[in-house]
Amino acid sequence: MSSNFGSMPLRYRISIDREQCMECGRCVENCPYGVFRWDGNRILINSRNCTACHRCVTYCPRDAIMLQEQPCDYRSHPVWTRSVRESIYNQARTGKIILAGMGSVSNLPIIFDHLMLDACQVTTPPTDPLREPVELRTYLGKKPSKLEFRQKPNGDVELSTELTPNLMLETPIMLGHMSYGALSLNAHVAMARAAKETGTYMGTGEGGLHPGLYPYQDRMIVQVASGRFGVNIDYLERGAAIELKLGQGAKPGIGGHLPGEKVSADVSRTRMIPQGSDAISPAPHHDIYGIEDLPQLVNSVKEATEYKKPIFAKIAAVNNNAENVAAVARSGVDAIAIDGFRGGTGAAPRVFRDHVGIPIEVAIATADKELRKQGLRNEVSLIACGSIRESTDVIKAIALGADAVYIATAALAAMGCRVCGNCYQGLCSWGIATQRPDLVARLDPDVASKQVANLIHAWTLEITELMGAAGINSIESLRGNRDRLRGYMLDEGLLEILDVKSVGA
Amino acid sequence: MAKQVKIDAKGVHYTPLNQQIRKAIEDGADEIVVDNVLGQRFIGNGLRGNATIRVKGVAGGDLAMFMSGPTVIVDGNAEHAPGNTMDSGKVVIHGSAGDAVAHSMRGGKVFVRGDIGYRGGIHMKQYETQRPILVVGGSAQMFLGEYMAGGLLLVLGLDGAVKAREIGSGIHGGEIVIRGDVDDACLAAGAKKLPLTDEDRARIAPVIREFAADFGLDAEPLVKANYTRIVPASARPFAGKYTWE
Repeated sequence: MSSNFGSMPLRYRISIDREQCMECGRCVENCPYGVFRWDGNRILINSRNCTACHRCVTYCPRDAIMLQEQPCDYRSHPVWTRSVRESIYNQARTGKIILAGMGSVSNLPIIFDHLMLDACQVTTPPTDPLREPVELRTYLGKKPSKLEFRQKPNGDVELSTELTPNLMLETPIMLGHMSYGALSLNAHVAMARAAKETGTYMGTGEGGLHPGLYPYQDRMIVQVASGRFGVNIDYLERGAAIELKLGQGAKPGIGGHLPGEKVSADVSRTRMIPQGSDAISPAPHHDIYGIEDLPQLVNSVKEATEYKKPIFAKIAAVNNNAENVAAVARSGVDAIAIDGFRGGTGAAPRVFRDHVGIPIEVAIATADKELRKQGLRNEVSLIACGSIRESTDVIKAIALGADAVYIATAALAAMGCRVCGNCYQGLCSWGIATQRPDLVARLDPDVASKQVANLIHAWTLEITELMGAAGINSIESLRGNRDRLRGYMLDEGLLEILDVKSVGA
Repeated sequence: MAKQVKIDAKGVHYTPLNQQIRKAIEDGADEIVVDNVLGQRFIGNGLRGNATIRVKGVAGGDLAMFMSGPTVIVDGNAEHAPGNTMDSGKVVIHGSAGDAVAHSMRGGKVFVRGDIGYRGGIHMKQYETQRPILVVGGSAQMFLGEYMAGGLLLVLGLDGAVKAREIGSGIHGGEIVIRGDVDDACLAAGAKKLPLTDEDRARIAPVIREFAADFGLDAEPLVKANYTRIVPASARPFAGKYTWE
């Protein structure tokens, strides 16, 4: 039975400046969504298929293509917004849960943008990073609460405390977990090469490890999620570290489904499931039904890999974040990644993406505070993730208590992603979130890896400059150093939670 | 000649115990007998090769997790999740086992003579020639074969009626075979019953015979018995739940 809604107003309108157009047909070739087609020697447009991926705009040699968002107005209304109305039309027609791609689109204030950084003036001099080293090297993992030494018969002193394995990062920026399957192999290879080049690490996501990534395995953090896809002892042993995914910021409390269409022959081999079958990750790990079960999984992975590598856990930032973090810290993990409510995803129910969870800024600050209160801060490193957009977000997250960050959407953007949010269609025109061979071939891993490495280099340089200006010469002196932040237009309650003073104070 | 190593687990923490087992395998042991096991966890975790580990006592949680090859025989019960995410090899438990037996198992066999707890065979999955098999001699509790994505789960009900309810909740691959009739009310959403065909019987017969041989049972009455086969109603149980923005 059809609805009486007719067609919805266009989301985007594509137009061609026919004066400029030379009918080269690159738009027709480049658009995988079927916006353009030939009609004789004229190019016709179907704007309804447009996702705003910008591939046509980018590849038009004459700049003849223009994209307009929401070309048709509704009666403006502050309560019954376009998105509210269109969701109702969608659900009245289908009776289903609305799924959406990428992170939250809620227009809520971003706390990072209301935190100002410090700089030195006359009372203390700034450090010149050109002349004096500013140390960004970061170690992730447990740190001993004290060091013990013994004296050898010849008088030399040596360390007798046994150290646990740590990951050494040349910059506190890592590439976050996005699975092979959600992303193409070329996208994964590009990020892995960038991680190697910049001395950092990359997450595999829950999709196993493709043999094409074995050359970079010492730069990979292999993920174990509730679906256990691609997880076996070989996979665990290949990774530099192992991450247990307990939650995701874009959809806290629920699992995920990789639709069968994305499970190609290669993806099926890596995930170890039949081609074309849905890959369903349940909401909980079904061997963790309580906090007492988590140490069992952590220790099981440690036993299986003989305590040779750090074990991370990733959780979504929710109301009782401090308690969650303390509980996970006591489970024996070496690092905890906290994913804020703006975290990205290939697909999540719209209501979860836009309404569940808390901001990463608050989650990191409360986690750091709680761990220090409980004397556990040295037991785990903290990784902030969920919409880390630029170098200042990195530095602010560290000043709020993080050891490092994961970037993901930013890394995709560095490879060409326009954040159109249509990852779930599997037709990514940039060759990033697709398995279609002709589209995957558009992403040259040599070029894309250079771009991702450039982004990490650029942010690292900016962080060095900002730290130098603040007279801080090592990342350890920045970590949890809230005195180098001031809140601008944040309310008193939030300032207290963040443990940050107001501007002027 | 087969090389046997004996290990006394009395009062030993699981880490040094598992180190001793691992070392014995590295040193070429074919059979490792571990005496006085009293709940030590993670025995056989991540081990490769084809040695046999005989556990005398009660095995703790995550027995044979990630294991790839060896055989573990437990003369006693096993705790939470034996065969968890196991790749290949075999686990034979002469007693009963706890919850989440064979959780996410992707290959090999887990045989339990007695009963199992909740969520048995949850999210078992198969790929090409790797097809996990869980056989339970006694009964199973609720959510048997939940989220099952592949493999064979066989419950024989040797000690009375099978108690499982909510069978196959979210099942999207593989098959659950239960001796005797199963009431429709015991099936969860996404699961459906089918009669066992001669072809199905021929496929499960060798599994029943192997199980019977391991526990000294008479196989033929079991091979000939009446079974209910439970399979996914759809390979994509969630396909109808969502629409796109």
